[in-house]
Amino acid sequence: MEILEYGFMQRALLASLMVGLVAPAVGIFLVQRRLSLLGDGLGHVALTGVAIGVLTSTAPVGAALVAAVLGAVLIELVRARGRTSGDVALAVLFYGGIAGGVVLLSLAPRGQATNLEAYLFGAITTTSSGDLAVFAVIALCVLLVVGLLGQRLYAVSDDEEYARAVGLPVLALNIVLAALVACTVVLSMRVVGLLLISALMIVPSAVAQLLARSFRQALYLACSIGLVVSVSGTTASYYTGTPSGGTIVLLAIALFLLVAAAVALREATARRRHRRRGEVHAAHPHEHGPGCGHQAVPHGDHVDYDHDGHLHAPHLTGTGVHYDEHGTDAAPADRAATEGAR
Amino acid sequence: MTDRRTAAVRLQDASIGYDDVPIVSRVDLTVRHGEAVAVLGSNGSGKTTLARGLLGLAPVLGGEVEMLGAPVGRLRDRGRVGYVPQRHTVSGAVPATVREVVSVGRLARLGLLRRLRAADRVAVGEAVAAVGLADRMEEPVASLSGGQQRRVLVARALAAQPELLIMDEPTAGVDAASQDALAEVLARVSAAGTTLLVVTHETGPLASVLTRAVVVDQGRISYDGPLAGAATGHGDHHCLPADEMVRPGYRLDQPTVAVRSTSGGR
Repeated sequence: MEILEYGFMQRALLASLMVGLVAPAVGIFLVQRRLSLLGDGLGHVALTGVAIGVLTSTAPVGAALVAAVLGAVLIELVRARGRTSGDVALAVLFYGGIAGGVVLLSLAPRGQATNLEAYLFGAITTTSSGDLAVFAVIALCVLLVVGLLGQRLYAVSDDEEYARAVGLPVLALNIVLAALVACTVVLSMRVVGLLLISALMIVPSAVAQLLARSFRQALYLACSIGLVVSVSGTTASYYTGTPSGGTIVLLAIALFLLVAAAVALREATARRRHRRRGEVHAAHPHEHGPGCGHQAVPHGDHVDYDHDGHLHAPHLTGTGVHYDEHGTDAAPADRAATEGAR
Repeated sequence: MTDRRTAAVRLQDASIGYDDVPIVSRVDLTVRHGEAVAVLGSNGSGKTTLARGLLGLAPVLGGEVEMLGAPVGRLRDRGRVGYVPQRHTVSGAVPATVREVVSVGRLARLGLLRRLRAADRVAVGEAVAAVGLADRMEEPVASLSGGQQRRVLVARALAAQPELLIMDEPTAGVDAASQDALAEVLARVSAAGTTLLVVTHETGPLASVLTRAVVVDQGRISYDGPLAGAATGHGDHHCLPADEMVRPGYRLDQPTVAVRSTSGGR
């Protein structure tokens, strides 16, 4: 493939691979916690770090990492302390972060690499081998921590009050999660840019949320989706000449809309089928009940009635009882059990 | 003087509240190991705050509050306490199976890094079976009915195999069948020696399990004795004539009508 002949594209694809895998692995906990925009806020804070790095001629990636992690810890401490002022405190920190970044970058001496746009929207093709090594270390660390603490992070994200009541170290776990978000922000900075980072954390998780049955499944699915959209978006951006970050995010959003539409369609079809069956039995003249003459068949948490070879489940609606179809007949074993009980 | 070794819960002159405003004020209460206690009261009486104080979810503003012999926040092995919060559904934003939600109940016993082992998985399976959802183990919790979701939360608490089980309104918004199932589960748990503290405004079918009632009214305990003799939470009537006694299943959600002119707390 032509695209792989260039060193900068090889590095770009490797970077997008890591980002695509890691961002949703952290993002899914934010979705679960309904804190989807934390990544966005930490992206703002990271910009100040980048600016400090540029100004002091140290590595912007390292400075951004320090700033984002400090911001993350501060946010969790503010959240844990107060109820009323927390929201405003977060806003001050986030906007302070981006304002500080913009102002500091403007102060950088001429001739310095101060391309603000590259940090805000990503400039994946400028990824150096050194960056790649740093990204690999960050990605490994994040995946390792998620692997070790994933179940606890899930517990805290799912029901923080319960976690506190049974003595899980809630504040520490929240700080760990925020620090993971900060690391992911810095990792994703070059690929999707600070303003679009949150999208790569959240959108693949949102797709997975529509399809998965378990949290574990959702986590794996989100990572796979992230990986696919990230690598294919980067590839597409090479051919179309569009910015990688925007291309990746648009691809992810397109996938989300597609899946959401498919799921909605499936549910609408199921509802229509349910209604049609409801109509068949709307004029059901017979009311099923104990000793009504039809055989009662236990079915999960309710009882169905065997009506001429098909199962009727009483279903209370606003206008009265109607009967849903619940399959054709019970298994012989079930049937024998009910007969025995009669 | 109370023997600390035999008390599962001990409050002495305890005040609990938020932002330095006591909701529960200067309460004395001792629950012995193995007791099954209903904490009754109307809305806003302070009964939930009392339970939250025990769990470390509401700050203790004064006096002493102890659980399993240790002051609140100092109990080392918090997995010994099970908690069923007042919540109507389980489902978070991301789908999770019954197994995943109930497994969380084991984590408190495992420290920060240890993973679930075979014994933990057995405990999770037993807890889910105890609430009658064994065949729904791998299903997303969101696909269950409201009553079944409450049972999942009960299973999560049971999975820890707690010595003390604190439940907040476990029957609120739950259908009759699930309430009966819950009563059955609690009867078994209680028979096995677990101390029960059930905060509720109506005992319903749980009246067959709970033996002692503590009625909280305006942040103070207005009755403490056999469940059958519990007052309705109306002000100063600590003891009612027999014909006004609370029947099992009596509702306590009517607003308190008594007005005290010299009330200390809320």
